[in-house]
Amino acid sequence: MTYTFDAKIPAGPLTEKWDNYKQNAKLVNPNNKRKFKIIVVGTGLAGASAAATLAELGYQVDAFTFHDSPRRAHSIAAQGGINAAKNYQGDGDSVNRLFTDTIKGGDFRSREANVHRLAQVSVDIIDQMVAQGVPFAREYGGLLDNRSFGGAQVSRTFYARGQTGQQLLIGAYQQMARQVGLGGVRLFNRTELIDTVVVDGRCAGIVVRDLLTGEIQSHAAHAVVLATGGYGNVFFLSTNAMQCNVTAAWRAHRRGAMFANPCYTQIHPTCIPQADETQSKLTLMSESLRNDGRVWVPKSSTDNRPADQIPEADRDYYLERLYPSYGNLAPRDISSRAAKRLVDKGQGIGPLKNGVNLDFAAAIERLGLDVVKERYGNLFEMYERIAGEDPYKTPMRIYPATHYTMGGLWVDYELMTNIPGLYAAGEANFSDHGANRLGASALMQGLADGYFVLPSTISSGLAPLLGKTMPGIDHPAFKEAEKQAKDRFTGYLNTKGKRSPDWFHRELGKIIWDKCGMERTKEGLQEALTDLPALYNEFKTDLRVTGTGETTNQTLEKAGRVDDFFQLGMAMCQDALAREESCGAHFRSEYQTPEGEAQRDDEKFCHVAAFEWTGDPMNPKRNVEELVFETAHLATRSYK
Amino acid sequence: MSHLKNLTLKVWRQSGPKDAGRFETHQVAEISDEASFLELLDVLNEQLISDNKEAVVFDHDCREGICGTCSLMINGVAHGPQRATTTCQLHMRSFKSNDTIVVEPWRAAAFPIIKDLMVDRSPLDRIIEAGGYITAVTGGAPDGNLIAVPKPVSDAAMDSAQCIGCGACVAACPNGAASLFTGAKIAHLNRLPQGQPERYKRAEAMVETMDEHFGSCTNHGECSAACPKEISIDVIALMNKDYRASKFKSRKEISRD
Repeated sequence: MTYTFDAKIPAGPLTEKWDNYKQNAKLVNPNNKRKFKIIVVGTGLAGASAAATLAELGYQVDAFTFHDSPRRAHSIAAQGGINAAKNYQGDGDSVNRLFTDTIKGGDFRSREANVHRLAQVSVDIIDQMVAQGVPFAREYGGLLDNRSFGGAQVSRTFYARGQTGQQLLIGAYQQMARQVGLGGVRLFNRTELIDTVVVDGRCAGIVVRDLLTGEIQSHAAHAVVLATGGYGNVFFLSTNAMQCNVTAAWRAHRRGAMFANPCYTQIHPTCIPQADETQSKLTLMSESLRNDGRVWVPKSSTDNRPADQIPEADRDYYLERLYPSYGNLAPRDISSRAAKRLVDKGQGIGPLKNGVNLDFAAAIERLGLDVVKERYGNLFEMYERIAGEDPYKTPMRIYPATHYTMGGLWVDYELMTNIPGLYAAGEANFSDHGANRLGASALMQGLADGYFVLPSTISSGLAPLLGKTMPGIDHPAFKEAEKQAKDRFTGYLNTKGKRSPDWFHRELGKIIWDKCGMERTKEGLQEALTDLPALYNEFKTDLRVTGTGETTNQTLEKAGRVDDFFQLGMAMCQDALAREESCGAHFRSEYQTPEGEAQRDDEKFCHVAAFEWTGDPMNPKRNVEELVFETAHLATRSYK
Repeated sequence: MSHLKNLTLKVWRQSGPKDAGRFETHQVAEISDEASFLELLDVLNEQLISDNKEAVVFDHDCREGICGTCSLMINGVAHGPQRATTTCQLHMRSFKSNDTIVVEPWRAAAFPIIKDLMVDRSPLDRIIEAGGYITAVTGGAPDGNLIAVPKPVSDAAMDSAQCIGCGACVAACPNGAASLFTGAKIAHLNRLPQGQPERYKRAEAMVETMDEHFGSCTNHGECSAACPKEISIDVIALMNKDYRASKFKSRKEISRD
């Protein structure tokens, strides 16, 4: 039996859908809002902004974070900026152009109505964040400054030095902190979601674990919002923070929520290459550097001269050569694959020959040292701290790394999963970026979901519940979920094998990176689907978690997260195997044009693949939501 | 890339808030100079787990110096020997073979130890909740370019807005004061045109909440020296100025200025 999705896309022409939706949405009157409890899990851009706004509206909000403070969420690490169709530079930008760029950037694998709404609310986000005191970069006249970014031919990116994510997150955090102070939001820090509870087909609440005492507790609510980020850490080495994990989304998936497009994982083209075997994570260098840096490798793979001694004639500025109209600003997936091909051919640079040059010599000559310092100073310092080299003198060494995951929980236009009462926002959902996300769009989507979309859509689901009794935490479903969670964590402690959770995570990451990374093949994916269950079996029998479950135990926390990464990894490979086309970040070697670009198959794969949990991670059910394009013209992406 | 050999780590272990705590000595035979300090602790923890011992608990997350989660007194210095650098961004090239490295948690009365190297920094959140924001309810904001902010003002606000809330300032301060943290937020918001309506109320509420939890500032300047974002001690002067003003200016009077 195939599942039929209702994405609840409003009627009317594309440009009027969001207004039509808001006009017809069911509302909850201000006096009744306080009767509804909403749980928000995660306090990054999407979670903090949702919690703050929902509390301002009058709902009772409980916010959960596994961090010590909500301000730690990984949104904080975004460097480059946030897009908005303000057209402050008068360079021809518009809501429609941002919409078109995002649809095209996503390689026509996202939902038109959602993307158009995103472009529309992008302008409100900037206004909101300025009012909150986010110190965006300014021109001398006091007006807001913009920069350009990959995948766009206009300057629509707002930024706060190289710390835009930090400043936006602190803005949203402060707005939420205000509500904590006023009593609108109850904050639960160092508390991790370990299960969601569904009663009679509706989400009734969550089960959490106190990370200080190991105590397992339930919380009931009228609605639950998962704003728990992406799953890039399945690769072990990624630009994600160490604690980023898929557990919240995955546990919801195991309770019936569909997981959409898990194979759409984005590789960021400009990260610092791996230096040694103990490396625990990779660090991104903002894509904004490509505005002024030129990417090149030596033409000859045997050229071992230092960069400044290689004459122009012996350098290959391959992005400028291959994609003359976008040049060094070609989208992320395209730039990443180009770098990988050259490194695979032996033209890489650095001690391990695992990088390409990002060179600022021309920019320093053109703009002067001071301007370059003003624009990128803190990024250059960061690079020097990590790599031990001065990028003002020698080119940066960069290489692609996993960065963002476009896949996530399936949601409809209201950001509700297929389980009524359960919502997903920000990177945790799959909705807006299709098969590839453009730079400076993650911050935009997180804040759009939290500030402007959820607060307008959540009332439709709540209004019919007014006056109805909801299942409390004494309901047997909660007790059963608590028991299962307890048994699961006791199980990790009692396995008493020989290998640490980190060891398994590293091995898992190697399989996923090799077989389901930047370039995928049928054979590779089939091998991964043999290797993963074998390693997962070993995990179940040979795991070692020291310490106990009654006090802070980071090894135990990690074990639970790695368990879920294993199951997700299998879903990723199944999805990548079933999608017999290349689109955006999903590149199957078998499906490419003679020039080596991604070749879509719109006949067979112009759809969202949403996986349904069957109890066996090796045998999920693949459901399909067809994508219908009313305005965008399905074209082959070309950045030449 | 080269390798450091034979490192001795003296690590603070404490099983819980009530335990007395003690130093434990461990050896790490070899590590690359490209490894970060937290990767050294990762290696140690893998060793401990393989010896069937409990891993050392420490706070960490982004490992790129921006989330503010990591802490640690390294050889008695908050975030270790490299200036303007968080523990996660400190690399082993700052050490040499045969070094003995002492690793402790943040030391401050307001940050009780939870376990091993992990402390409770939530009083910093209480300060922000008291007034570290601009009241701007979602939906009612005017166009972003309607509020012109002179570039030098915006730049100065950004300088203090960079604070990552790690608490190194408190840990480095002999009084356990949080004036640099509080001053940085007040300087960020009180400098901006958007922050003017709540300027004095904010300063008053934040300073008084700070005083409930933290020690008093006596202008040692250790905070600024330990700050991984090099926030200037000037923000404390600004804080004190606005706090003093808040005590004899009510909003009603200010509106007549």
